[in-house]
Amino acid sequence: MIAASPSQPRPATRLRLPFRTWLALWTLVWLACLVALFSGLQFAFGPVHVHTITLDVGFMRGWWLFISAGVIITLELSVISIACASVIAFLSALARISRVAPLNSFAGLYISLIRGTPLFLQFYFIYQGLAQFHIILSSFISAAAALSLNYGAYMSEVFRAGIQAVSRGQTEAASALGMTPWQTMYRIVLPQALRIVTPDIGNQFIAMQKDTALASAIALEELTGRARQAGLPRNNFFEALVIAAAWYWLLTIVFSYFQGRLEHSMAQGDR
Amino acid sequence: MRPTVVAISNLHKSFGRVVVLSGLNFQVEQNEVVCIIGRSGSGKSTLLRCINFLEEPDAGEITVAGITLPAGERTREHGRALIELRKRVGMVFQTFNLFPHKTVLENLIEAPIVVRKQSRPRAIEMAEVLLAKVGLSDKRDVYPSTLSGGQAQRVAIARALAMEPQVMLFDEPTSALDPELTGEVLTVMRDLAREGMTMLVVTHELGFAREVADRVVFMDGGSFIEEGPPHECLVNPKDPRTRQFLERFISHAH
Ligand SMILES: Nc1ncnc2c1ncn2[C@@H]1O[C@H](COP(=O)(O)OP(=O)(O)OP(=O)(O)O)[C@@H](O)[C@H]1O
Ligand SMILES: [Mg+2]
Repeated sequence: MIAASPSQPRPATRLRLPFRTWLALWTLVWLACLVALFSGLQFAFGPVHVHTITLDVGFMRGWWLFISAGVIITLELSVISIACASVIAFLSALARISRVAPLNSFAGLYISLIRGTPLFLQFYFIYQGLAQFHIILSSFISAAAALSLNYGAYMSEVFRAGIQAVSRGQTEAASALGMTPWQTMYRIVLPQALRIVTPDIGNQFIAMQKDTALASAIALEELTGRARQAGLPRNNFFEALVIAAAWYWLLTIVFSYFQGRLEHSMAQGDR
Repeated sequence: MRPTVVAISNLHKSFGRVVVLSGLNFQVEQNEVVCIIGRSGSGKSTLLRCINFLEEPDAGEITVAGITLPAGERTREHGRALIELRKRVGMVFQTFNLFPHKTVLENLIEAPIVVRKQSRPRAIEMAEVLLAKVGLSDKRDVYPSTLSGGQAQRVAIARALAMEPQVMLFDEPTSALDPELTGEVLTVMRDLAREGMTMLVVTHELGFAREVADRVVFMDGGSFIEEGPPHECLVNPKDPRTRQFLERFISHAH
C-alpha cells in the first residue's frame, strides 16, 4: 500500500501537525463561521449575494441582564431536581431489587407510568391539572416535582444496573463475614455501585439542565421563560433566544468539563 | 475425644430439579484439617456454602461451635443466630472477593469493626499482626487491584482470620492462580493448619492434601463415597470411582 519510493520524496512543504491541533484549528474555523452567520455582513460570491443574519444589538444590550438572571433559577431548579431525582431513583431501585412484593410492584408501576407519558404533559398535570382539585403548587415546586419524578424513574434503571453490576462475590464475602444485608448494601455494594453510576448521573444532570426549559410553559421565569417574556412582545424573540441558547451551551460545556475531571479522579482511586 | 466444631446432619439441597446433596451427615473436630476432593459438579462448593448459609439448605441442621441452625427458618432470632454462626466461620473464595474500594488494611478491619464492634485501634493492631503473618505488611495501604493473585488470596485469608473464626472454609483457594503463585498461598494454609486451625478445604492440590490433611473425603454425586486418612485414601482407595478419579487426575496433572 505505502510502497516507499525513495526517488520521489514527499513534498516537504506539507504542514505536519498532530491531529488534536487540527481539530482545535478547525473548531475555531467553524466557530468563526457561526459568529459570521450572525454578523449582519453582506457580501457577494460572483452572482450570489449572501445576507447574514442581523441581530438587534440594541435590544440585546438592553435585555441581556434580564434574561441572564434566569440562569439562577435554571440552575436552582436543575440542582434541586437532580438531588431529589437521585433519592427517588435510589429508593425505587432498591424496591425493584427487593423481594418485598408490594414495594417492588409499586416501583415498577411508577417507572412504567412515568416513562409511558411525556415529560411536558407531566408538567401540566402537576401545575394545572392538580389545580382543578384545589391543589395549588407554585410553578417552581411543580417544575421540580415533575423533573424529579420523571428523572427519578429513568435514573432508577441506571441505579439498579449499577447495583447489579457489583459482583455477587462481593455480597457473599460480606455476608460470610457476618455483615447484615443492610450493612452489606450500605458499606460494600453501594459505594461500588455509586462509582459505576456517577458518569450516568452526570449525563442525566446535563440533560436535565435543558429540560428545565419546559418549565417556561408553566410560567416559571427561568432562562427560556425570560427570553420569551423579553423577546416576544418586542418582536426580538430571535435575539432573546440566542442569549438563552448561549447560556445553556456554556453551562453544558462547563459541567461536561467538571464531569470529565470527576471521572478521571475517581478512576485513579481504584489504582 | 476432641470437641466437634462443625456438625452437619441430614443436609438436603437441590437447585430446581437438580438434587445436589441428599441427606448428608458430616462432622469436623477441633484442630482437624479435612480436604474435600471430587470431580466438578459433585457438590463440594454447595456443601461448603451450606455450612455458613450462603446457600440456604432445603432441609437438615448445621451446628458450628455450639450454634445450631435448622434449614428453612426465617424468624428474627434465626437471623441473629445466623450472624453469630457466620462470625465463627471464615470463608476463602476461589476468586478472593476482596473489597476493591477499600485498602488492604480497610479490608481487614471492616468486619471486626462493623460486625464484632471492635474499636478501630484494636482492629488495626490485629490486622497488622495478620498481615505480617501472611507476609504482606508492606501492602497495608494499597488497593486490591494492585495485588497479584497470590497476594490477594493471602489478604483474603487474613481478612477471614481477623474475625477469629472457629473454623475456616476454603473453596479451591488456588484454582484461580497461576501455578507459580499457588505455593505462597499453600504455605500460609499449611502454617495455619500447624497452628491448630480447624479447616475444611476443597482442593485439587493432592500434594497439599497428602501432607496437611488429617482426613480426606471423596465426594461424588453429592455424597461421600470414601473417607479416611490421606495415606489410605489417596494411596489405596477402595471405591472404584475414587481410583478412577485419582488415576485420571494424576495423568492430567502430568
Ligand atoms: N446457583 C446454582 N443454581 C443452579 N445449579 C447450581 C447452582 N450452584 C450449583 N449448581 C449445580 O449443583 C451441582 C453441584 O455444584 P457445585 O458447585 O457444588 O460443584 P463442585 O463440586 O463445587 O464443582 P466444581 O469442582 O466445578 O467447583 C452442579 O450440577 C451445579 O451445576
Ligand atoms: Mg466448586
